[in-house]
Amino acid sequence: MADDTNVLKKTALNATHRSLKAKMVDFGGWDMPVEYSGLIAEHMAVRTGVGVFDVSHMGEIQFRGPASLDAVQRITMNDAAKLEVGQAQYSALLTDQGTFVDDILVHKLGENDYLLVVNAGTKDKDFAWIRSQVGAIHGIHISDYSSYYSQLAVQGPRALETLQKLTQTDLAAMRNYRFVFGQVAGIHNTLIARTGYSGEDGFEIYIPSDVATTEKAWNAVMEAGAEFGILPCGLGARNTLRLEAGMPLYGHEISDSTTPIEAGLERWLKLDKPADFIGRAALRALIDAGGPANRLVGLEMVERGIARDGYPVLNETGETIGMVTSGSPAPFLKTNIAYAYVPKAVAESREDVFVQVRANRVRARQVATPFYKRPKK
Amino acid sequence: MACPTHLKYTKEHEWIAVDGAVGTVGITDYAQSTLGDIVFVDLPKVGDSVAANQTFGSVESVKAVSDLYSPVTGTVTEINAELATAPDKVNEDAYAAWMIKVELANPTEQETLLSAAAYDAFIAEETGK
Repeated sequence: MADDTNVLKKTALNATHRSLKAKMVDFGGWDMPVEYSGLIAEHMAVRTGVGVFDVSHMGEIQFRGPASLDAVQRITMNDAAKLEVGQAQYSALLTDQGTFVDDILVHKLGENDYLLVVNAGTKDKDFAWIRSQVGAIHGIHISDYSSYYSQLAVQGPRALETLQKLTQTDLAAMRNYRFVFGQVAGIHNTLIARTGYSGEDGFEIYIPSDVATTEKAWNAVMEAGAEFGILPCGLGARNTLRLEAGMPLYGHEISDSTTPIEAGLERWLKLDKPADFIGRAALRALIDAGGPANRLVGLEMVERGIARDGYPVLNETGETIGMVTSGSPAPFLKTNIAYAYVPKAVAESREDVFVQVRANRVRARQVATPFYKRPKK
Repeated sequence: MACPTHLKYTKEHEWIAVDGAVGTVGITDYAQSTLGDIVFVDLPKVGDSVAANQTFGSVESVKAVSDLYSPVTGTVTEINAELATAPDKVNEDAYAAWMIKVELANPTEQETLLSAAAYDAFIAEETGK
């Protein structure tokens, strides 16, 4: 008899999660922790202290060789030519139509050396897409190193103090979206990046994916963070944190049927970068034709009710005008928030809309995003 | 966690304690644990009718919303008003945080419900343990 769990991929910390009594779920084919002590407690630990996430399911694709930059430029919407060695940028892979294949982080490891961090559930699709689009370019070697890396995200206002105990690298001197190779908990050549998906200060570290090394790093972080009340955090808190912080999630706010323009990601869309890229012609044509019909807006429920992904958005007269892409109670803000696509005119009017929450039509106001911004130090 | 043996259970993860003609209904510890942090409990009003295997309200966690199914047919005589402001009581102790009391229209109906042992076996089957 087949055991379903055998077909799920496991990170090096699977046994650790189980020993911590995490609730495990199938996430994009991975057996991942959704929560440990409780989603709200984990969310609050990251907003007020520090939390650690196993995000080893994320994919890592490396580009090496003299044509690396050309290839990265060709398949991404941001301008990778602007990157310095040791710098990362948010970007995306687009289709010919200018819609999303995936959103990614591009790290410039060295001249002619780039590391793309991609979503777990889309990794195989991304790799196939990349190879089909730029694999034939002369002078480039593209490798899927996903299974070689474990990735831990240490996030929260006390993340720096936590991780600083484990490394000689001066973390305070590192700017956002910068990274170095350093030693963490005695593990050499660890990529330490000041990045994250929580809306807080924090770091993501990339270490060899063997169980012993990964457990060593995890346990060291847990011990270093103990005095700050560190909690292991699951994908549940990762989702509510990113939603509060106004960060899109592939399959929700962004997909192969939405463009960066309607998703409000124009800041990372460099239509005028020196190199042509896949999706550019379609997006320019779309802009010339007046732009996409819809816009992503932030909603805050005014009346009692929680919007959920896929719930219809209605206007005052009850017509369906859009759809919720992510919705949840916001544990830190203590309101019920959502992202939704609505017609551009509705977004520009800022008028209230209604969300069909099961049997009830619940009023929601349009609010600026991100819903939550961390306080400046 | 083994379920209290003096209660009866549904496959939708509600429990009921019957005392004479009145049944007290809540959700099981397994249900609260599966839902996670509960943020909202939507209950009927006193005087409303409920029917066996029909929804009588909903319970919502950060992650998801879930219908509540009545184990029995009858009339709501009381609701646990505390849950409106403190829904997390259900997470703290699912067997103490009752939701509604129902005057039973058909006292023999509860005989078709699951015993604690049968419910435990049902959960074991569902979770594949």
